[in-house]
Amino acid sequence: MPAVEIPVEKWSGKIHEVKLGGQGRKEVVVGGENTLPFLHFEGSVPNPPVLAIEVQDSEPREWAEPLLQAWGDVLKDPAKWAKKAVEVGASLIALRLKSAHPEEGNTGAEEAKRVVSSVLEAVDVPLVVLGPEVAEKDNEVLVAASEAGRGQRLALGNCEEKNYRTIGATCLADGHVAIGKTPIEINLAKQLNILLSDLGMSQDSLLMDPTTGALGYGLEYTYSVMERLRLAALGGDKMTSMPMICTVGEEAWRQKEAKTSEGVPDTWGPLTERALRWEEITAISLLQSGANIIVLRHPSTVEKVQSAITRLMG
Amino acid sequence: MSMTGVQIYKFLPKTNCKICGFPTCLAFAMKVAQKSIAITECPDLSEESKMALESAARPPIQLVTMGADEKKIEVGGEVVMFRHEKTFHHPPGLVIRLKDSAPLEENLKRVETVAGYEVERVGMMFTADGFAIENDSGDGAAFAKLVAAVAETAPSPLVLMSSQPDAMKAALEKAGTLRPLVYAATADNWSDMTELAKAHGCPLAVAAGDGLENLAGLVEQVADKGIENIVLDPGGRDYLSSLTQLTQIRRLALKNNFRPMGYPVITFPGEGTSNTEDESMLAGQQVAKYAGIIVLDHFSPSIMYPLLTLRLNIYTDPQKPIQMQPGLYPIGNPKEDSPVCVTTNFSLTYFAVAGELESSAFPSWLMVCDTEGLSVLTAWAAGKFDAERIAKATKEFNITGSVNHQRLVIPGHLAVLRGELEEELSGWDILVGPREAVDLGTFLKKRWKG
Ligand code: B12
Ligand code: SF4
Repeated sequence: MPAVEIPVEKWSGKIHEVKLGGQGRKEVVVGGENTLPFLHFEGSVPNPPVLAIEVQDSEPREWAEPLLQAWGDVLKDPAKWAKKAVEVGASLIALRLKSAHPEEGNTGAEEAKRVVSSVLEAVDVPLVVLGPEVAEKDNEVLVAASEAGRGQRLALGNCEEKNYRTIGATCLADGHVAIGKTPIEINLAKQLNILLSDLGMSQDSLLMDPTTGALGYGLEYTYSVMERLRLAALGGDKMTSMPMICTVGEEAWRQKEAKTSEGVPDTWGPLTERALRWEEITAISLLQSGANIIVLRHPSTVEKVQSAITRLMG
Repeated sequence: MSMTGVQIYKFLPKTNCKICGFPTCLAFAMKVAQKSIAITECPDLSEESKMALESAARPPIQLVTMGADEKKIEVGGEVVMFRHEKTFHHPPGLVIRLKDSAPLEENLKRVETVAGYEVERVGMMFTADGFAIENDSGDGAAFAKLVAAVAETAPSPLVLMSSQPDAMKAALEKAGTLRPLVYAATADNWSDMTELAKAHGCPLAVAAGDGLENLAGLVEQVADKGIENIVLDPGGRDYLSSLTQLTQIRRLALKNNFRPMGYPVITFPGEGTSNTEDESMLAGQQVAKYAGIIVLDHFSPSIMYPLLTLRLNIYTDPQKPIQMQPGLYPIGNPKEDSPVCVTTNFSLTYFAVAGELESSAFPSWLMVCDTEGLSVLTAWAAGKFDAERIAKATKEFNITGSVNHQRLVIPGHLAVLRGELEEELSGWDILVGPREAVDLGTFLKKRWKG
């Protein structure tokens, strides 16, 4: 019988461990692996990837039918919504302060503070707070969120090149984790991590969002840039070694495949099934390319993907 | 792995005898490296050199053909671990399992459904690749009967699954000309299965669930009998063992050039999971991570469409987005007073927009600008889709030659370009369309007046 020598890579790098929550709140640690996703034969994967559920601060009326049905009335109340999300298995809540968007209500710091506090009150899992992705508004509401959650070690995002200073500074002041988001480009991701580090943020307080493309809508780019970031990190580059967060739910449920039931070919299958598969398969693919936190939208996806993660952890 | 001329030269007799038709051995070696002449043209090669050269010329992962004629698929043949390093070339075959323990009628109905399934994405048609027929009943006659029926109604790439050489023999007599994959040679039956695969010129799957070492041993035995087209089944069925084994096999082949693992791998996601959704997720993992053939137990459009989409994503060239030829495209049967919509030449974008226009009540002109294959916002952010370019394209494609108005609909994401465009194209009216193409029909109904 031929001797089989399994090639094992001698990686010199390791993904930074980042802790969220704590101090009375449940603690979730991500990162820490020194090998590619789930390759336990090669290295150690001390912390499984975790699933977050996205909760919005105002009722998402334009969401696809299967989502509206699955959540029902709680969509009107972020605290109740978050509570239910934890019941269905979310390890984190990703609160999107959508109403701060100039076109969605343009609410400000006060409202952000109120919603963040109410969600923190309602659940005991760690919180990710995401701004409306308009730089000035992000600054305004994330600073407010930071104050409301002082000491709770939230993750605050997104920092971009335009506004990383303000958000980084508030994270430093209140002991939070910052999420740097860059558009599917390895050097931009690294550059932003360097800028945030130069502000004084330590490596265990940074996450990166490589920008997610959904299945059929840019997934292939996200997948590869994540693999490249991960390989760079394992190769010893500390400035690409941040755990990665992917907004899978938001992207998958934005696509026509997850939204439209009429006027599409029968070969797409019925809306709900198709939409769920779209979210699940986007998630499982990005788990293979190194995602540490996946933000989902549908409760049943959380259960399915969680079960896959549990089995991948052995 | 391909060798350079100089590397090949080292194996030649170096006598410059010219029998090969070249003035020197080195000249001959150069031509061999370019693959314009076969190494066998040199009559004086030692056996040893021949073997070394042949094995070096073989790709690290064998390309295996399943099926006959134009229906065939090719799997394996990959040369990298990560798609960004080059490209993944040969998408895994997705085949649907049938069991001969189910009533024939039921199976044939399934065959009809699967064979009739065809879905379009970015202008291309995708289908399931074939069937895996399993001798679940243990009855050789029932197996042969189902195989014959499938071969007749849907002559496609097949996997024939039986551990009994007799049953396999009877099935191959019905479908051998379709070059099905014979599944599988095991420690118990490998000698008979090898003979059968050889006799019918079929690829052979080799299965050993008790470790890669046993699998490698079995593969060597089979290969020694002259079988080249081998498919591996290392036995892992669940998420973790599948990922582990497929990664290890791929590494052994590419990094260690370890021959016995240099073949595509077959997977059975339905066996490691308990329901449809779970099966489709595991199949998704296997599309991304190294499967050559995936046998699915469940079939439905809502599984096939996302899996085919994922396969297309993972197996496109990461350096080159799929692109359209820039130009003015008629969608439906547009007239002189029909709308003109502006978009990019990224084919995903084009087909999203064209599809919506097609199903709208408005035959339209779609003006496809050269954005080097980038989507709307990507192109805009990269400076490849601005007012100047759109204005230029409007002239270049002679829009006024096709329509009797001066109005353009631009993507909602590019609302900022409106003012600038109206300056560039004086006399033109720029309408800002919706952000998503899905809403184009409704938009045109409200805003387009002929
Ligand atoms: C995949 C992707 C890439 C791929 C390229 C894919 C490609 N071939 O275009 C890569 C990785 C190469 C890439 C690179 C970059 N990207 Co990019 N990318 C994406 C991503 C994830 C998806 C884009 C996509 O494929 N969408 C799907 C297609 C179908 O969408 P679409 O073309 O917009 O078409 C839709 C609508 O616009 C509409 N529509 C289209 N045409 C028309 C016409 C009319 C008349 C109407 C009414 C509607 C309509 O219908 C379609 C379906 O609804 C997005 C973020 C995201 N999640 O969406 C970022 C994104 C577009 N990228 C972005 C950026 C900044 C870049 C870079 C400049 C980054 C950098 N500095 O390097 C580079 C530029 C590339 C270069 N230098 O060559 C930004 C743009 C920011 C902005 N608002 O300007 C985005 C939004 C990410 C972000 N949030 O920051 N990117
Ligand atoms: S036939 Fe062989 S030995 Fe003779 S010149 Fe050609 S390569 Fe050299």
